[in-house]
Amino acid sequence: MFWQQEMETLDRPALDALQLKRLRETVRRLERVPFYRGKFLETGLKPEEINSAADLRRLPFTTAADLRENYPDGLLAVSRDEVLRLHTSSGTTGKPKALFFSRRDVDTAAELIARAFCMTGVTRRDVFQNMMTYGLFTGGLVMHYGAEKVGCMVIPAGPGTSERQLLLMQDFGTTVIHITPSYAFYFADFLEKKGIDPRRDLALRKAFVGAEPYTEETKRKIEAALGIDVYNSYGLTEMNGPGVAFDCEGKCGMHVWEDNFVLEIVNPATGAPVGDGEPGELVLTSINREAMPLLRYRTRDLTSIIPGPCACGRTHRRIHRITGRSDDMLIVRGVNIFPQQIERVLMSIPQVGRNYLILLEGLDEMTVKVELSPSGFDGQVGHLTELQNEVVEKLRAELSVRPKVELVASGSLPVTEGKAKRVIDKRSL
Amino acid sequence: MNTVKLVAVFAENRPGQMARITGVLARANINIRCIIVASSGTCGVMKVLVNDPDLACQSLKHEGFAATLTDVIAVEMPDKPGALHSVAQCLANHNINLCNTSGFAANNRAILVLEVEDPAQAGEVLKKHGLHVLTQEETLTI
Repeated sequence: MFWQQEMETLDRPALDALQLKRLRETVRRLERVPFYRGKFLETGLKPEEINSAADLRRLPFTTAADLRENYPDGLLAVSRDEVLRLHTSSGTTGKPKALFFSRRDVDTAAELIARAFCMTGVTRRDVFQNMMTYGLFTGGLVMHYGAEKVGCMVIPAGPGTSERQLLLMQDFGTTVIHITPSYAFYFADFLEKKGIDPRRDLALRKAFVGAEPYTEETKRKIEAALGIDVYNSYGLTEMNGPGVAFDCEGKCGMHVWEDNFVLEIVNPATGAPVGDGEPGELVLTSINREAMPLLRYRTRDLTSIIPGPCACGRTHRRIHRITGRSDDMLIVRGVNIFPQQIERVLMSIPQVGRNYLILLEGLDEMTVKVELSPSGFDGQVGHLTELQNEVVEKLRAELSVRPKVELVASGSLPVTEGKAKRVIDKRSL
Repeated sequence: MNTVKLVAVFAENRPGQMARITGVLARANINIRCIIVASSGTCGVMKVLVNDPDLACQSLKHEGFAATLTDVIAVEMPDKPGALHSVAQCLANHNINLCNTSGFAANNRAILVLEVEDPAQAGEVLKKHGLHVLTQEETLTI
């Protein structure tokens, strides 16, 4: 089923022409943004000189650092009173990355989600329970608005409180959920302990699973545990949030909406384009955003293009599930975490050292080991507990995820310099 | 001097930690007279009454341990029923709160090693009650 059949199945030459047209318009729009104006001057490139997506490569990349340096609104391409919504995403420093949406952007994002819902067989008769965090995180509202556009009954449950999630599912007949893979496992486990058989006792049919990478194996386990179809969902705040790429009913790769995004796969070290179907870093250019379009944004997500047509008939190309990152960002419980954030918090607490080790286990358990500074020790075990709690709370405030913290002896952790391994990831997602 | 120094050392709450610490002390020829271990979750503190607290503390620090000296009261009482109760009652009457505390009896002597908020004051109170509060040197004779 198609939400926008003509656009979703547009023949390749027409789609390429549309991309080019929108790319030129975006470049023209971005001449108003001092940051991009500078880039165009540097390269001497003018909008009318862009005659193919290949010409895009003459422009420099936009990185997370650029967003950081231009925070809060240095990359805004419209006036402030045209901005309808702000969403943010964690950055490596204390400041998040700010993403602005105009009224049209909010609606476009919802349209892309509606396409995704439709192509996985969801209709207005479905009951959609959004079990992702609302607030500044795009997984909440962006998915919500898309679901409303389709006409589903939308339950803005947010995450956690499994008892209440179950109650909502039982009382309102939830058929579709949006959830992280780690929470999907927890919830399946919770149902089993309660003696609930989802196939018999609940109306669940489908789950859109995303916000953190997971394997095919994990997908099959979730499907088996909950008796549903799982569809992979990919997005990033810088490109609206969820809805950048989505599995169709074939579950054979995620279609990237090429009328909205120009898709490139590059070698993360050199920035050069990789061969057809080769793995590399996903670079996206938003060509249908008004408030804050981005050119050649380095997502740091590693994937590859799946060549060839899809049985569903859509002409927008597919990418594989994300296999990893080309930077040191972690995703825990759907939240982006940079090790540098942890380092900064520790530096603000004199009784602990700067060195740390992040241990990730199970589905989403995070333990941060920190060294006790000899000078921070006064002989009282009660104070050690207080110190540990202080570190937990400060990390939670910075990361939006509560880790466990263990104090360890000074000098027992690898030194945080160069490419020392600071993360041990033993998760089974 | 009413108070006695204990050496307090930080250790992770996992096997082998006491052995690491006692290894350092053994190599420095330190004799341990009393030991109190307090653990909480993943970490703990080991406190020892030794014959040379300054040397012990230095040796541990030299080996990278977080170590420090803490002041406690070591009070002696008769080794018979009711003796500890008498001490406890005395402390209660003066509203003195005990933190980490340990006690032992040997050679017909009974010693209580207590951590309190104001060790000097507690020492005075116990002395007035007629009890013998040990000095650092006297702890070597137990």
